[in-house]
Amino acid sequence: MATAPTSSASPGRSPILVGLIRLRALIALLVVFLFFVVLAPHFLSIGSLLIMAKHIAIIAVLGIGMTYVILTGGIDLSVGSIAGLAGMVAGALILNGLTLTSFGLVIYPSVPLVVLIAVLLGGAIGLANGTLVTRFGVAPFIATLGMLYVARGAALLLSGGATFPNLIGSPELGNEGFALLGASRPLGVPAPVLLMIVLALIAAFVATRTPFGRYVYAVGGNARAALLSGVRVSRVTTIVYVISGMCAALVGVLVASDLVSAHPASGQAFELSAIAAVVLGGASLAGGRGTIGGTIIGACVIGTLSDGMVMMGVSEFWQMVIKGTVIVAAVILDQLQGRISGASDRG
Amino acid sequence: MTQATTMTPVALRATGMVKSYGGTRALRGVDFAVHRGAVNVLIGENGAGKSTLMRILAGVEQPDQGTLLLDGTPVTFRSVRDAARQGIGIVFQELNLCPNLSVVENIFLGRSVARGIWIDRATERTRAAEALRRLKTDIGLDTLVADLRIGQQQIVEIARALAEDASILILDEPTSALSESEVATLFEIIGELRRNGVGIVYISHRLEELMRIGDHITVMRDGMVVGSAPVAAVSVPWIIEQMLGEEGALPPQAARVAVGAPVLEIEGATVRRRDGAALVSSLTLTARAGEIVAIYGLLGAGRTELLEYVCGARTGEGVVRLNGARIDGLAIAERVARRLLLVPEDRQRDGLFPNLGVGGNLSLSCLSDLAPRGLVSARAEAGAVDGMIERLGIKALSGETPIGALSGGNQQKVVIGRCLMRGPAAILLDEPSRGVDVGARAEIFEAMRALSAGGIAILFTTSDLMEALTVADRIVVMAMGRVTADLPVSDADQALLVRAANGTRVEHDASASAAHSFH
Repeated sequence: MATAPTSSASPGRSPILVGLIRLRALIALLVVFLFFVVLAPHFLSIGSLLIMAKHIAIIAVLGIGMTYVILTGGIDLSVGSIAGLAGMVAGALILNGLTLTSFGLVIYPSVPLVVLIAVLLGGAIGLANGTLVTRFGVAPFIATLGMLYVARGAALLLSGGATFPNLIGSPELGNEGFALLGASRPLGVPAPVLLMIVLALIAAFVATRTPFGRYVYAVGGNARAALLSGVRVSRVTTIVYVISGMCAALVGVLVASDLVSAHPASGQAFELSAIAAVVLGGASLAGGRGTIGGTIIGACVIGTLSDGMVMMGVSEFWQMVIKGTVIVAAVILDQLQGRISGASDRG
Repeated sequence: MTQATTMTPVALRATGMVKSYGGTRALRGVDFAVHRGAVNVLIGENGAGKSTLMRILAGVEQPDQGTLLLDGTPVTFRSVRDAARQGIGIVFQELNLCPNLSVVENIFLGRSVARGIWIDRATERTRAAEALRRLKTDIGLDTLVADLRIGQQQIVEIARALAEDASILILDEPTSALSESEVATLFEIIGELRRNGVGIVYISHRLEELMRIGDHITVMRDGMVVGSAPVAAVSVPWIIEQMLGEEGALPPQAARVAVGAPVLEIEGATVRRRDGAALVSSLTLTARAGEIVAIYGLLGAGRTELLEYVCGARTGEGVVRLNGARIDGLAIAERVARRLLLVPEDRQRDGLFPNLGVGGNLSLSCLSDLAPRGLVSARAEAGAVDGMIERLGIKALSGETPIGALSGGNQQKVVIGRCLMRGPAAILLDEPSRGVDVGARAEIFEAMRALSAGGIAILFTTSDLMEALTVADRIVVMAMGRVTADLPVSDADQALLVRAANGTRVEHDASASAAHSFH
């Protein structure tokens, strides 16, 4: 997926080594996959692969938004909470409808409208994040950390901590079909996976082929130079948080739909998986370097690793240790690549 | 202030100093004496070797050849610390303080007074207070350096040198960032130190300042000392003559292009520092189509601040018009959209995108032109990039070449190329030849000429008189935030320009009429 070729020679280094390091995410994916094929029972069964694909899709969709944020040199810690809140809002709309107190009226929006409202809410939270960062000069880490708490709190407040169960809607209210989003399989492929593919293609295209995409890289590379070159740095920065918020909300809706219920604690620690996927995919947390394609591969590595270890019966505690090790190893390799080639990656 | 200093003893004497960096010889056998209890002034154009000499005296660098005699005894300084222990203090032009630490902590930074593993705070405080008292300042010991004005920070730097009983104090362009009242304070301090027997080395470009406080003057040019005398015995014209030398007598360039209508008009521009001191004060300036205007001045004259104000990177008061329409108050992006572009002084910090290739660096400002339907056409972009690489003679294989692989001169061409790709109406270039080798410098100036011939208004700043005289059609001299001269290059007289850069206002009939014609 749109990995821009870079033709810089690296004097004195074997081109094979450089190539291996550049393709490290893909190699890691292959290694992890083959490892589980051999060692985990039923790893290659259709059922487990489908479940794994859904998990990957969830990490990947979060990762797509996160990639844009990280490309500008920022970070979005609030995505897990936004996912949780969006799922709860969707659940509340399906179950209780929208109460218009002034008219004494309860409206039940159709499922597409529910999804739209949830995603727009995510976008609005992203806008708040972006405004905090650009207008008030709050560091992205802090602004989105604050939002992590606020959004999670809001999700819990919405139901008093309870779950919204049975989000199947009813024919007389005209809001059936919520479960289709997460559970249906058009052409045999789970809907979340299709959605991931479509979003990834669009996101990669935007990143490589539009002025906005280039501005994102420019802001991450040198924000002051971008400003002096006429890039509207604040606007670009704000938009990436909006994108991230919308991706997160979409994930929240997908998770709620898949489970046919919305739980206020849903999405906890998702931000860590998303960041891990982006970093594994070769992005630099300093900004300016990374690709959507890399992030998708990174999400595959994280997803495969988690599910494979579960199937192998690795204890949850060891899973955490291994995941952490993989992420740090990936960053070390990244540093190595930077030192060896010093090339510019984008796309 | 020059009485009774003719025969003060020499504290530090450097003889036959030679220093090379790669192929360039920065010092070619320099002799220099620092007199005790006197202000020893060092002057010369940029690149004359002043700073190199001072870095050697302060132990920052070691000479390739030459000897240092401290009170008659041969010495070597292995490091700044080593030199400081032997009584040589230096205050660099760029202040080296930690803004997050207090005054005391800064004064003893890197050489804490220790008792065992503990810092001896009491002794540090006493000695810091003593040093500050000598400087007659009321700066609190526990004040954070971040809360001090630039002038006060400089005093802390001086206190740092004094706390170690410096008998020789080197001040490298100490007044370049100071306001007038801060300069007066500094001069009082210098006078006091001088009376106490401290040998002061004072580097500055400001001639009148030197005449006011100097006792001995040494003029450097091209890595050599070309003149040395008691200040009382010399005059400003003599200094200028020594500084510029024979090659300085080149005839100024005749006006080449018939200039058109005013493109960029700046009226009453005032830019203030955060503490309210004016960096640019009610400055008025016009650049016409097809005209290259050089803004010549010394460091701290307010040139960079002016350009940053005009391009929108700095707030200020005043009116800026581009092709007759007011643009002050617009965001940078909107000014760029109206085709006013800046080539910043510090390329690495403000101009380049290390993560983008040469092509990405070039096309950034004109992406909207390359993407008529919202998508950047890869072919159109590559075509435009290749065209610019060829036009400016950028030494890069293709647009894919990493920007970091280019030399300073070629990187500068890339930043200029980015502005050109936008199709500019006016370009502001801040010290375009800084950190650029001689060959690329000539190419950059040729490109500027070609541009102006195409009807673009060009405004560039320079600290190099010859550069101003050979490239520009008109020279505007700035000093202390004001225009002190504004003349066509054909009427420009070097001595006059140097004097203007030092703050002497030069009235000129033609320039006066040009400057006021739109009032």
